[in-house]
Amino acid sequence: MSSTEREFAHHGAHAEDDHKPKFWVRWFYSTNHKDIGILYLIFAVLAGLVGGAMSGLIRWELMEPGITVLTGFTTGETDMERIESAKNFYNVLITYHGLIMIFFMVMPALIGGFGNFFVPIMIGAPDMAFPRMNNISFWLYGASATLLFLSYIAPGYGSEQGYGGGWVLYPPLSTSVRGPAMDLLIVSLHLAGVSSILGAINFITTIFNMRAPGMTLHKMPLFAWAVLVTAFLLVLSLPVLAGAITMLLTDRMFGTAFFDAARGGDPVLYQHLFWFFGHPEVYILILPAFGIISHIVSTFSKKPVFGYLGMAYAMCAIGFVGFIVWAHHMYTVGLSVDMKAYFVAATMVIAVPTGIKIFSWIATMWGGSIDFKVPMLWAIGFIFLFTVGGVTGVLLANAGIDHYMHDTYYVVAHFHYVLSLGAVFAIFAGWYYWYEKMFGHPYSELLGQIHFWLMFIGVNIIFFPQHFLGLQGMPRRYIDYPVDFAFWNKVSTVGYVIMAVSIVVWLVSIVYAQLVLRRKAARDNPWGEGATTLEWTLPSPPPYHQFNELPKIH
Amino acid sequence: MAADVKHDYHLVNPSPWPLVASVAATLMMLGAVVWRYSEIKLFGMSGPWLFIAGLGGVLFSMFGWWRDVVKESLTGENTSTVVRIGLRYGVVLFILSEVMFFVAWFWAFFAAALFPGGGEAILLSDGTPLLNAEGLPATLQNDAKALALNGEWPPRGVEPLNPWQLPLVNTLILLLSGTTVTWAHHALQVGDRSGFKWGMIATVFLGAIFSVFQVVEYYEALAGNMFAFNNGSIYGSSFFMATGFHGFHVFVGTIFLAVCMIRGLRGQFTRQRHFGFESAAWYWHFVDVVWLFLFAAIYVLGNQGLLS
Repeated sequence: MSSTEREFAHHGAHAEDDHKPKFWVRWFYSTNHKDIGILYLIFAVLAGLVGGAMSGLIRWELMEPGITVLTGFTTGETDMERIESAKNFYNVLITYHGLIMIFFMVMPALIGGFGNFFVPIMIGAPDMAFPRMNNISFWLYGASATLLFLSYIAPGYGSEQGYGGGWVLYPPLSTSVRGPAMDLLIVSLHLAGVSSILGAINFITTIFNMRAPGMTLHKMPLFAWAVLVTAFLLVLSLPVLAGAITMLLTDRMFGTAFFDAARGGDPVLYQHLFWFFGHPEVYILILPAFGIISHIVSTFSKKPVFGYLGMAYAMCAIGFVGFIVWAHHMYTVGLSVDMKAYFVAATMVIAVPTGIKIFSWIATMWGGSIDFKVPMLWAIGFIFLFTVGGVTGVLLANAGIDHYMHDTYYVVAHFHYVLSLGAVFAIFAGWYYWYEKMFGHPYSELLGQIHFWLMFIGVNIIFFPQHFLGLQGMPRRYIDYPVDFAFWNKVSTVGYVIMAVSIVVWLVSIVYAQLVLRRKAARDNPWGEGATTLEWTLPSPPPYHQFNELPKIH
Repeated sequence: MAADVKHDYHLVNPSPWPLVASVAATLMMLGAVVWRYSEIKLFGMSGPWLFIAGLGGVLFSMFGWWRDVVKESLTGENTSTVVRIGLRYGVVLFILSEVMFFVAWFWAFFAAALFPGGGEAILLSDGTPLLNAEGLPATLQNDAKALALNGEWPPRGVEPLNPWQLPLVNTLILLLSGTTVTWAHHALQVGDRSGFKWGMIATVFLGAIFSVFQVVEYYEALAGNMFAFNNGSIYGSSFFMATGFHGFHVFVGTIFLAVCMIRGLRGQFTRQRHFGFESAAWYWHFVDVVWLFLFAAIYVLGNQGLLS
């Protein structure tokens, strides 16, 4: 390279050159989908540790009946003050735990991290369609997280810090609580929404417009399909949430009457708007996970995925039906019987395309030469646990049963089975599956296996007993409970400790891999003949700009 | 461009704008909250100053970012066919997300206007009606809502605007501006510079007139105590927020068109290649269609009592 060329590269004037910009420009002004993907993953890991620590405090407090633990984190003068303060702290913890895990951990990891890094590569594109917009999607997440943190420490309820009304922000509580914590939460969600909408527009454009020659939609890898459907859900649902929380904001700031029944508004309107977003949101969290699992199951069974087209269109069907079932979150608000009947029926329909997914994964494994490497363990764990969560979901879909289950620990167990045991297992599956590809050195198979088994045992001990608590009638979102619920709560907290140990093992495995294993040469394709998508044709890590000459797909 | 790149995609150089814009957006949002709570002092500041500083930063980033985009268009970095198709996808999807944003405001409007309380009485098992706090028969629909709105739309106490006066004029103005922007587009395609100029001037002028008329109408409604925004009923809330957000979009669209007019007059558009203008026109048509639905739903059906 001549000195003139080097100078150009130094000024960042020739991004097409395969020479990376200097640290600040590379990581802060990035227009590179792989670097932005890595930033998203770091962000998600940090957010996950914070959100996980919050759930640790929650489980610690719930280990025994009585309010004994969180009082130690408060500064009241008398016991009574400390207990009141602890109650607020508990409410704040569950609220921010939910928001952080959904908006700042799962979404950035699956869509921002793996989506950014691998979708362009899988479809044979050199980068995303709008690389600069890709970067504002990431930095707006930083902005949103900053405001969320400020909200956490700002005055909310009385002199207490933070907003404790639950992640759904239902009025009239969210419109009547004074203090800036709630307002900061609203604007934080606004920015997270803008970020996700821009990211979704970017993904749809990339997938529709930048597939390599010969890669028709019907030849596209399933993870790209999953992100495509997810992106449509984001574009169509998030603006409705933006409208709903804008109404919250104007009700608080300008005295509008959207959710004030005394002036003709309706708090239930908020719930409709929120869940019109919120239900597609749960598919936004799980569809990319479906995509990752399809790749891993196929790779480690050394077979093409069973029923490829059915898998792709099942995701489209889930995405579509996901928009017309929202009121199953609201059976107890006083919907008419006709409406409940409709939402019960529509909700159960989702079990059909989801069943197609589950059975196709099993059929992919059937007769395959299965290799139980770490990513495959996570994938099989996902299939099992997601199915458990799905089955309890079919149960909860019944309005008659839900009248008894609503807001009990049964619901908590259900959505943690599909999310913290479903989506999170898929994140770890993808993490191990693509670790060598992303970082250019292998992970430790032994530590990975220990991580999996500890976490598998831990999360099941946390959440399976919560079904029993729910059936016994224990309501969610309470800091204290009668002694009758003590046993399973204690078991659940023991499970948390096992899970926490597994996370420590995971962190150790990262440090070990980054410090020790980084000397090992990375293979382009560590998984062999089963791994057929384009990322395995590139070096590990892929060059700064891949596919200067587009691949041809036959 | 490096010689070994054999594709037409736009590999964008690193850019400071995403980071700058995000920092500015944080300050703007934080500033809005600080502004609202007079007791909060941040860096010794209270009042709107932090908000204004953040807003300034956001506007500055938008200007710098889009200046870069225009430059890339002039140097031919983002003008390959595939990149231009990508930009089309981007704008269409952006407009789609805007449509869904308005769905929320229409939802709030229809939830109140179609169901202003009232409806069938709830019967107890012995066949007598359930009575509410005021001793009147309770209904299946939200009872407090029924008390507030008296089961009718527009609710009592509200003097609705007549759709066939200023709102109808505004409808015609926006429809006319839709034709003038098409006139400008056609002139651009055949290289008729003066036709483009006058078509654009007419469109921007009509957009501005629409906004002025909206302000006049808001003034009439508020000053004449026809209905209120602050602390009024759901009628004023849904009316002002739905038409207000539409008005804001008209304002943005007018600026978008004005920028395209200046760019066109500076010769930055060609007969074949003028996507900046086309996206402004698409946006303008979207704003136009939203108004038609607002006019039909809120003014014609709602204000004349045809919904409930």
